[in-house]
Amino acid sequence: MSQTKLHSEPLLRVVKRAERPAGQAAALRAVAVVLSIVAGGVFLLALGQNPLAVYGTMLSGAFRSAMAIQGTVRYAIPLCISALAVTLAFKMKFWNIGGEGQLIMGAVFASYFALYHANLPHVVLLVIMALAGALGGGLWALIPAVCKVRWGTNETLFTLMLNYIALYIVQYLRDGPWRDPESAGFSKVARFDKNVALDKLFGVHIGWVIALVLTVVIWVYLRRTKQGYEIAVVGESQDTARYAGIPVRRVVLRTMFLSGAVAGLCGMVQVAGQDMTLSIGVAGGVGFTAIIVAWLCQLHPGMIALVSLCFGVMEKGSGVVQSDLGLSADCADVLQGVILFFILASEFFVRYAFVARKKGGAR
Amino acid sequence: MEQTVQTAIRCRGITKRFGEVVANDGIELEVRYGEVLALLGENGSGKTTLMNMISGIYHPDEGVIEVDGAPAAIGSPADAQALGIGMIHQHFKLVEPFSAMDNIVLGTKEKRLPAKALRRKVLELCETYGLTIEPEKPVREMSVSEKQTVEILKVLYRGARILILDEPTAVLTPQETDKLFAILRQMRAKGCAIIIITHKLNEVLAISDRVTILRRGRSVDTVETAGVDAARLTELMVGRKVSLSIRRPEPKDPQTILKVVDLGVTRPDGSAALTDVNFTIRTGEILGVAGVAGSGQKELCEVLAGLLPAQKGAALYHKENILGKSPAEIINLGISMSFVPEDRLGMGLVAGMGMTDNMLLKSYREGKGPFVDRAPARALAESLIKELNIVTPGTETPVRMLSGGNVQKVLLGREIESGPNLLITAYPVRGLDINSSYVIYDLLNQQKEKGVAVVFIGEDLDVLLELCDRILVLCHGRVTGVADARTATKEQIGRMMTGEEVDL
Repeated sequence: MSQTKLHSEPLLRVVKRAERPAGQAAALRAVAVVLSIVAGGVFLLALGQNPLAVYGTMLSGAFRSAMAIQGTVRYAIPLCISALAVTLAFKMKFWNIGGEGQLIMGAVFASYFALYHANLPHVVLLVIMALAGALGGGLWALIPAVCKVRWGTNETLFTLMLNYIALYIVQYLRDGPWRDPESAGFSKVARFDKNVALDKLFGVHIGWVIALVLTVVIWVYLRRTKQGYEIAVVGESQDTARYAGIPVRRVVLRTMFLSGAVAGLCGMVQVAGQDMTLSIGVAGGVGFTAIIVAWLCQLHPGMIALVSLCFGVMEKGSGVVQSDLGLSADCADVLQGVILFFILASEFFVRYAFVARKKGGAR
Repeated sequence: MEQTVQTAIRCRGITKRFGEVVANDGIELEVRYGEVLALLGENGSGKTTLMNMISGIYHPDEGVIEVDGAPAAIGSPADAQALGIGMIHQHFKLVEPFSAMDNIVLGTKEKRLPAKALRRKVLELCETYGLTIEPEKPVREMSVSEKQTVEILKVLYRGARILILDEPTAVLTPQETDKLFAILRQMRAKGCAIIIITHKLNEVLAISDRVTILRRGRSVDTVETAGVDAARLTELMVGRKVSLSIRRPEPKDPQTILKVVDLGVTRPDGSAALTDVNFTIRTGEILGVAGVAGSGQKELCEVLAGLLPAQKGAALYHKENILGKSPAEIINLGISMSFVPEDRLGMGLVAGMGMTDNMLLKSYREGKGPFVDRAPARALAESLIKELNIVTPGTETPVRMLSGGNVQKVLLGREIESGPNLLITAYPVRGLDINSSYVIYDLLNQQKEKGVAVVFIGEDLDVLLELCDRILVLCHGRVTGVADARTATKEQIGRMMTGEEVDL
């Protein structure tokens, strides 16, 4: 028989690997962080900056004073709460990328009470606002959930589009019914009464306490409760869930409501703690960054709190870099992107291995 | 006719590792032109891994595969094809709306032939190997065995002289199996080399010339089929002597527990899945359900579990109609389903969860308060591991990492521990090796002796005839008869499966 011409074996093959030991995976991620810092440094060098100075400024900028630390925490709060919110839905494999819109609707619902019932007793008002925010976000999340359960609509597209609708609702309120008559030039919603402001603890509004409490509550909810168990089963296989007698539709609706409610609560924290008004920048992309944070942490609540803080450091630190070293905001964004890229890529290496071709074929 | 025996494939010292697991460990295998080699081994003994390396899907870590006497680097399925190796997978890879001949040429690099010429070519090939097929028939209108014929033609058309069949008989009726074997014999006579993977010893004895036995990734022996019997093969496979007869205790005091009356079920696409199905299930007996795959077994299970609505009829459990009840209500009545679909993990178990969490699947609602109590579930998982010899690194290892037999034991173990009155189990030994299969049969017999009504939906008629008390035969969603398993023959059941009404 004549020699058949063979396709050569590829130089590198990607092989799915058996689970790596936890220590090895952690080491890989650490390497990724180091590499990202190096790559970011190369980028900074190319801009004519001293990387060490930039990184140093970034870190010191985030921690150099009590006020800096407070600023860092302030960045981390909404990120942490909304990442926890989407985690609830993601555990169920319900791709809720509408955290942004749910946050906004929570802010809208809470703002109503801040604007028109500001004379209520302080604590009562805040509790009502929190409940209203949760309700607003929850109902907003329920819309795609109901459509998914009834007609099998695509939740990814649906939740995404609702983000824009929520944003335009705020714009309408700002330009129309909630317009501050005292603002002369451009339209805006009036600044809230002082009675509305969230109390402070260690110089930061108590949103950080809420975030930490939610971290624990959601961890317990997902890991220890019957409802959390149901979420996990539905996420793994709806067929299995139905077989086990789990009311799948009810679980989907309930979980999505909770997911939206947490995001909505985040909206309330933002308007009453941070902004003291309702603006179209109330979410400012936090709902999207939260998705990255949730996945980066593999949906682990404790990790989410930690990683949110790291994002806060980056955010706050690059702000200082901008003002101190005159690096433009875009460069800071690129730097953040580089770091994220490396960390996300490391997940690929945790799960897959490259196998080089051996000389002379299989031997 | 004198012919020199030529080696088609020789594997020398093939080793393949997946992470920590050594799937193949220095395997030696040889298949010659003009012979059928059976590859026998328990689950996880490395049969499929080895075949995947020969057909270019995996690459060996160590060792040499020689094709026609020369070392070959089989880097991809295309390389395997160029070397004349063709694999017929257990799950068909056909384009349903296309005709048989379109499927046959699909993916070949040659210029597209005019329909007439192609048809002639396909029919010539059929004649050579004694196959029958209608080249223009769309695949979706074909029976399982016709589809298999198309798969075989596909590899023959590409000039394959070395054929690998992975459990080809799993989906066939006995009659269809006989037909397949006739085809394989014809191909052997034409000088093809054939490797067949199967779990069924009687088939190994019927078709093969030699048998290579794998055990835990090693090739333990290669024997001439003529010189061995089923008991000897089992011994080689398992590593010790195993009794092959299945125990069948006499039913004690059978009482009707479930009566199915005029059951009619329509699939979502409007076709009838079950039509006028009538039967009874009694306590302390095993009712077998036989039928070609897709005869309504799946729908029967799903209706009784409350997962699928029935259009007609009733299912009376202790004289109470359970149709229309929710799955949770049916579970609470003590009706237990251990339904094992084709992919084994699809229902019944949560693949990504450990044993502990899987034990909770139906019982997590028990107990007051919002919290799940995992301690009893963990204890149950631990006791199952001991009682049923489940091989797992721990109670929290995701069950998807366990081998097929162990997954099956986890599933059935949980169902049995829930103390059901009616246990419905579908294909509980599908893809399992002899050893694990017998553990499952024993478990079912224990339940029977405790007075549980057991429904066993199976595919191996020999097992159904030995294990069950009565056998319900389904064909196209209709009951073609209920046979006494002690007196019925395999031929009778086989004929009933194809729709013949047989006088028993």
